[in-house]
Amino acid sequence: MTARFDIGAPVHVRAAYPPGHVRTPYYCRGKNGVVVRMCGEFRNPEELAYGVYDGAVSPMYRVRFFQTDLWDDYDGSPEDLVEIEIFEHWLEPVG
Amino acid sequence: MTDRRRHHDMGGLEGGPVETSQHAHEPWEKRVDAIKALLSDDKRQLLTTDELRRSIENLGADAYERYNYYERWISAVTNILLEKKVLSVDELGVKMAEIEARQGNRAL
Repeated sequence: MTARFDIGAPVHVRAAYPPGHVRTPYYCRGKNGVVVRMCGEFRNPEELAYGVYDGAVSPMYRVRFFQTDLWDDYDGSPEDLVEIEIFEHWLEPVG
Repeated sequence: MTDRRRHHDMGGLEGGPVETSQHAHEPWEKRVDAIKALLSDDKRQLLTTDELRRSIENLGADAYERYNYYERWISAVTNILLEKKVLSVDELGVKMAEIEARQGNRAL
């Protein structure tokens, strides 16, 4: 399996709200960030959560966001960041 | 129609003060931890961390707030074992009544 995004790639987190067990935090969905690290390939927790133990592995990325991009009322430094580990199927290219 | 944000997914919401005091685990809490470890081992493979999380999240907002950490675990593990037919509802009910009788209605 090859990774779709390189380090430094701007990415958009899908604004999807399915039921079930999802590891992508609500607050980053629909937001833009930048890939800063490849974390490896892992089975999908959304499938593992329902007993699918032999599903395909997929890449997971460390994605960096500006806090000011995540929260409308953020009053800290504009340089404040948060990094979130996100599976590839939640990410789309920007631009 | 369900809420787009599920109850447990509370990052960024006001959560109140964090309880930082240390406390010893009760014997039953250690037993719950052991049950989870045994169900997840290579021999049994009956439970993944993600299944446990899914089951905890499905307890609902009310239970999620009222139950403590290991109460959530044992409730979630119980539901998974029922789903997987490892336990039956009746088997569980009979055993719980037996233990309550043995304990003379003391807290389990």
